[in-house]
Order: sequence, then C-alpha cells, then structure tokens
Amino acid sequence: MNSREKGDKFIIPALIMLSCVTIYPVLYVFYLSLQRRLLIFDISRFVGFENYLFLFRDDRFWNALKNTAYFTVASVSLELFLGLSIAVLLNRPFRLRGLTRAVILVPWAIPTVVSARMWEWVYNTDFGILNFIIGSKINWLGSPFWAIHAAIFMDVWKTTPFVAILLMAGLQVIPHELYQAAKVDGAGSWTTFKRITLPLLKPVILVVLLFRTLDAFRVFDAVYVLTGGGPANTTETLSIYAYKVLFQTLQFGYGSTLSVVVFLCIGSISIFYIKLLSRGIK
Amino acid sequence: MTKRISFYLLLIIAILYCLCPLLWQFITSLKPDYELTRIPPILPEKPTVAHYISIFKGYPFSRIILNSTIVAASTTIFSLIVGSLCAFGLTKLKVRYKAIILGFVLSVSMFPPIATVSPLYIIIRSLGLRDTWWALIITYTTFSLPLSIWILTNFFKEIPDEIYLAARIDGCSPFQAFQKIILPLSGPGIFTTAILVFIFSWNEFLFALTFTSTPNSRTIPVAIALFQGIHEIPWGDIAAASVTVTVPLVILVFVFQRRIIEGLTAGAIKS
Repeated sequence: MNSREKGDKFIIPALIMLSCVTIYPVLYVFYLSLQRRLLIFDISRFVGFENYLFLFRDDRFWNALKNTAYFTVASVSLELFLGLSIAVLLNRPFRLRGLTRAVILVPWAIPTVVSARMWEWVYNTDFGILNFIIGSKINWLGSPFWAIHAAIFMDVWKTTPFVAILLMAGLQVIPHELYQAAKVDGAGSWTTFKRITLPLLKPVILVVLLFRTLDAFRVFDAVYVLTGGGPANTTETLSIYAYKVLFQTLQFGYGSTLSVVVFLCIGSISIFYIKLLSRGIK
Repeated sequence: MTKRISFYLLLIIAILYCLCPLLWQFITSLKPDYELTRIPPILPEKPTVAHYISIFKGYPFSRIILNSTIVAASTTIFSLIVGSLCAFGLTKLKVRYKAIILGFVLSVSMFPPIATVSPLYIIIRSLGLRDTWWALIITYTTFSLPLSIWILTNFFKEIPDEIYLAARIDGCSPFQAFQKIILPLSGPGIFTTAILVFIFSWNEFLFALTFTSTPNSRTIPVAIALFQGIHEIPWGDIAAASVTVTVPLVILVFVFQRRIIEGLTAGAIKS
C-alpha cells in the first residue's frame, strides 16, 4: 500500500462539488432559519430561535407533520408487504421471467409527475376509470378522507417495484441447500418462509425500509402534483408546506426553519435504522 | 397443477397492476376530446393522434424535450467524469480517511432536497443562473454523485490491483492508467451508472420547478405538472405528453433491465 501515490487530486473535484452544493446550503439554510426574511420586501433580520418557537404554535405545521407520518407509515408498510409478495412470487425459474421483471420495473421508471397526472385522471370523479370499475361516484381527490389514501395508493404503485427488486436480490443470496434441508425436515412453505426466508432477509428488509422511509418522509412531487396539498390541507406534507412557505408566500426565514425540521427528522430516521442495521450485523 | 395455475394467475394480476394505469393513459391519449367524457369510458371509437400533434403545435413541447435531454445528458456525462475520478482515487490510490469520505458521500445521498432548495435558489439567483440549463446541471450532477461514486467504487474494486500496478510499471501516470486501463475495463459499471443518473435527472421535479421559470429551460416534469388549458384541464394533451416522455424510459427499462437491477442492488444491498 505504501508504494502507492496519493489520490487526493482525483477525489477533490467530487468533494468540492458536494461541499458547495450540499454541505454549504445546509449550513446556509440553518442560518436562514434564524432570520425573518421576506424576499419581496427585502427584509432580512436576525431573530434567533423565534421561528423555531413559532413551530409550537403553528397548527398547520403539526398537521403537516401528522400527514407526513401517516403517509410514511402507511405507504412504507404496504410497499413492504406487496414488494415481498412480488419478490417471493418471482423468485423461481419460469419462462419470460426477464420480461416480467422488466414490466414490474415500469412504474419505477416513470417520472413521478407523470404518474401523478396519470392517477389524477384515473381518480377523476365523473370520467375516471376507477369510479367506473367499482361503480361509485366517490370524489377521490376532493374528499378529506379519500385524498390522502389516494396519494398513498399512488405512491405504493410507484415504489413497490423498487422494493420488490431489492428484496428479490436479497432472496437470491439465500443458499438453496437451506430450503432443501427444510423440505427434508418436513417444514411447510409457510414455516419455511417464517423460519428461513424472513430471518435471512432481515438485513435487506432493513435497508429497503431505510431507503423507502427516507423517500416517503421527504415526499414532495407525488402529492404536490396529485392534490397540491388539498383538500383543506389534508394531504399537505412537511415538504409541501415548506415549499409553499418558501416559494408561494416567500417567507424564506420560516420556510427554511421548516426545511431544517425535515432535515433533522431525516437525520434521526437514518441514524435509527443504521443503528438497527449495525446491531443486526454484530 | 392448481398451484401452477394460481402462480400464473397471481403473476398476471401483478403485471396488470403495474401496467394498467399506463395503458389507460395511452388509450386516453388516442381519444378525441368529446369521447373523454363519455360513459362508459372504454376504448376510443375514433382513435386520433390529434393530441400528439397539439402538444407540439400549441405548446413549446419540442423545446422542453430538448431542455430535458440536454440537462439529463450533460448531468450524466459530468457525474460520470467526476464520479469515476473519485471512485478511482478511493479504490486504487492512497487516500487518507477513506472510510470517512465514503461515509460522508453516502450520507449526502440522504439529504432531503427541500432542505437545500432555498439556499440554492438564493445562490443561483445571485449568480444569474436562474432559468438556465446550468442551474439544473450543476445541482443534478452533485446530487447524483453519491450514487455514481458508490456504484463505480464497487466496480473498480473488482479490477485486480495488479493490472493497475502493471500499467504503472510500464510507465503510465496514474491518470493514464485510469484512462487507458481502468475505464475500458469497467464498461458495464459505467453504463449502469449512466442509465440510473439519466433516469434520475430526466424525472427530477422539485429543483426544476424552483430554478426554471420559462420554457427556455423548463424540463418535462415541470411542463407536465403545469399543463393547463384555457377553460378546463386538457386531459387528452396531458395523456399524449405523458406517453411521449414515458416511451423512452420504458424502452430503456426493457432493453437494460439487467443493468438497472444490478445498479439498484449495488447501490443498496452492499452497504
């Protein structure tokens, strides 16, 4: 190893870009969050932690936090369940397996915005195919109860492929002999799944949960395009609320405070999962 | 036998579940306006390509496709250059704090975009880059770097050190060895990275929505999100636009599914 020359100059461009476009903005956003800053009036004044204190009185923030948490828990658990089912289903040799895997990947590859507008049309009250199929007249995106569930369902459709693909890769690493041994011992397929597949798949499941929880928690485009946060803010997630405060009411100070909150939540979620993962490895 | 039938039945349900909304969008795009509001809403009686013509005529859609193509292609190239240099340094050369650097790169991939969008907006505005391709290219390149570095590091690790050292003994500089030996040997890895970075930049919405303001630099997702008619939502045009921009992605997926799956799992499982 000592005979090697230094590689610093090869990694410096990447480090400079990452520092300028991610690290510096994160420090800057924290600084902004301590200000009262209104872009249109050119007001910017240091106010300390006033914005953070305002969070406690801001019902809309708590509402957004609640929506985000509900969206995250519901969609991630559904995705895990469906993704696992698809992974187990496809984890056997059959003809056209490659083609099937490609088909399963399609929802993942479609731009989120496109899938949101696609589902908006499917959910249309009067002319949507969904109401036609189930023979109802439900206003999916206009009713406070249904709108959030419509958004969750769309997210599940869009991201289940990602979950399924990762879990499939995890399944393929499990040695075949284990299943044969279980068969010899007379274990049924459910017992085999519970005693062999699940425990051995646990690390992969945790990684998938980490990725999906982070993505669901910072969800923006899917819900923003589908419902715009409405009706009556029932689908407004933290990212959507932050975006509206930043770019619609142009309050850069308070909007940045909301962004910092999202950042801190994401940070805690990552640390939580990484702790779980490293404990599993030991 | 029943087991076999139920297996294929489940398989068909899964496939339909994945494809149906897209098929429905395709059918919608072929319907003339008056058929869109017809009940029952099944197949078009008089299929038409009018919506496909109208998005290119009544709307600067070709310019928007050009924006997206340039932004996504440039991002892919820059991300590959910067990312492969970094991955090469990390795998074949002596770098201090290697583990910390890799950990730092990975943690950046977890940053929520909303946390950086307000300061980046201020920076981009003060640099006069608002509503330009560069605003998006720089941002996307950086945000795709963790993925590029991670996948390429995994690929470069597979290349035996002896090959690199042999090139050095033959008189190559580290950069020449990288350019002439390492890069040509890691074609599949570079390709995989390129596809994933391209799809990411083609689909990104939040930064594109914030940094662009006119069709001069607006990308496809923003244009589709902002699609509006004069009186009512032009469902047929939206469907046609959706289908147009999704077709290249579907082709990518069908041709390169093995590579994509490899990239996704390398990006996730090995950590």
